[in-house]
Amino acid sequence: MRREGSPWQGLGVVVLKELSDHFGSVRMRVLEWLVVLTALAAVYGAIQDIRAVTAEDPFLFLHLFTTAREPLPSFVSFLGFLVPLMAIGLGFDAVNGEHNRRTLSRILAQPIYRDALLFGKFIAALATLSVSLIALWLLVIGLGLIMLGVPPGGEEMARAFLLLVVTIAYAGVWLALAMLFSTIFRSPATAALVALGLWLFLTLIWPALSPAIAEAVVWSENQATLVITAQMLARLSPSTLFGECVMAILHPSTRTLGPVYVSQLQGAVMGSPLPFWDSLMVAWPQIVGLVAATILLFVGGYVAFQRQEVRA
Amino acid sequence: MSNDVVEAQGLTRRYGTAYAVRDVSFTVGAGEIFGLLGPNGAGKTTTILMLLGLSEISAGKARVFGHDPMREPLAVKRLIGYLPDTVGFYDNISAADNLHYTGRLMGFPLADRKKRIAAALERVGLAEVANKKVGTFSRGMRQRLGLAEIVMKDARIAILDEPTNGLDPQASADLLDLIRSLKAQGVTIILSSHLLDRVQSVCDRVALFNGGRIALMGTVDALGREVLGGGYVVEVEADGGKSVADRLAALPGVRTVSESAAGRWRMTCDRDMRGEAAAVVVAAGGHLHQLSLDRPSLETIYTRYFQGQGPQREEVPHAA
Repeated sequence: MRREGSPWQGLGVVVLKELSDHFGSVRMRVLEWLVVLTALAAVYGAIQDIRAVTAEDPFLFLHLFTTAREPLPSFVSFLGFLVPLMAIGLGFDAVNGEHNRRTLSRILAQPIYRDALLFGKFIAALATLSVSLIALWLLVIGLGLIMLGVPPGGEEMARAFLLLVVTIAYAGVWLALAMLFSTIFRSPATAALVALGLWLFLTLIWPALSPAIAEAVVWSENQATLVITAQMLARLSPSTLFGECVMAILHPSTRTLGPVYVSQLQGAVMGSPLPFWDSLMVAWPQIVGLVAATILLFVGGYVAFQRQEVRA
Repeated sequence: MSNDVVEAQGLTRRYGTAYAVRDVSFTVGAGEIFGLLGPNGAGKTTTILMLLGLSEISAGKARVFGHDPMREPLAVKRLIGYLPDTVGFYDNISAADNLHYTGRLMGFPLADRKKRIAAALERVGLAEVANKKVGTFSRGMRQRLGLAEIVMKDARIAILDEPTNGLDPQASADLLDLIRSLKAQGVTIILSSHLLDRVQSVCDRVALFNGGRIALMGTVDALGREVLGGGYVVEVEADGGKSVADRLAALPGVRTVSESAAGRWRMTCDRDMRGEAAAVVVAAGGHLHQLSLDRPSLETIYTRYFQGQGPQREEVPHAA
């Protein structure tokens, strides 16, 4: 049985409406200021540090993102922490908010499919996040140009751009998760709490827990098996994936994200940077993992939404 | 009938083993006001959602202007204007902007939209607050804004779920006037309610829901005849004593006469016999104080019907 018409009918209208809602909302403004101020503080600290220890480094500019100066963490650590917060902030009441305002049945009684509503909300929120992240990215690079006085090279820009793309994918995971919870839980407060709880668990607790779990489940004397299993488990957390991507992209000398065998190091010049494409290949599974997680979580939310009763 | 715009045949909605709606069949003619009545949880809203294609149809079929809501929901939703039970709007934007959103979803171009929205808001009496945020609106204003949406959409069928629920008497009277004016414009209206006396004043035909089924269907008068055992009830209040009662009872067409209070009689007759009753009282030398005809009220039909049957509540699942 085929449905008549396109599932995307009305998609553009929904996206525009949601975009204008996001950009006008107080919530968004608070989140933006939070991100901009903390990130700028981190970059400023990094610049002070880089100036003090100017060394001959072909990737000086990338240090902007990764250098931490006590007591502040580095810019990318901030991103890893705050991007999920922004994404959850934008997504936690996407569907249940419409339910509670009792607008859902009225909107769905217009000639659109549910697909358009959910997809439109996702696109609009992701676009909002992207715009904020791009602005932040440009801000950091501009600040670096002014304060360091060294123009970045082509490869540095390519790596910085890849970081931006990966960060947007990372935001997508948390957004899809928040929207899934907003479909499952009727109360926005519950959805927000569960999403934040899961975020804390996956970001802080899971990486510490995975070696313990690996030790409990792996019956092998082989130390390598243990390490690899622990790493596999840790990679279930999007935060771990993001951290590994950052590692490969911003530290060009990273050759692998797993354990290294001595045999693999034969002929390698230790500490020499990899070309951009090779670094991309190192991070590729992680990037695919982030995108796949986004798609899976979105599909979960989509199925839940399609099966949901519209009545309040 | 060829001018039926809505047609439901054996419409059924199952949740697991429980039935929310079971084997419901009805037709609604063009330009008619059709009332879906019944207690809460009787399946009225589920029936409406199935007509709109917003709830799955487990069995049976529905047609709206010949379109199947399951297969062609977009065509159906373009023709139907829906005012949900306790309608909601986006509180942070103005009434006009809320309608603009709907209008854009309908695909109306900007100039057309502006014209339609101004006219619709004018029609429901919200033109002055068009640019006020909906957050400041009262319940009655929201309901009227919901009707404005239907007017703006130029819907051929308006489905109103509990439109007067929670409104004060003045607001609900205004709303019913608006509903009548929609009908005058040729819009077919399906409305659901559990407030019987209000509905009676506007509906051409009603269907009484109970336990997910239609228990009774027809015009209010026809239902009255069927349930109340037919006949007209005329109340006579006069002085004149026993002789008046005897004479009333002797009139051809009168079935029974009972004295409900001193000097007050209720007579059940085959037709409206107020004229004859008045003549009898005067002929007997009495003074006529009051003479009234009880029209069958939905309230009475409803209570009497459910007294006879007992609501089949065990079949009613709580459709969340």
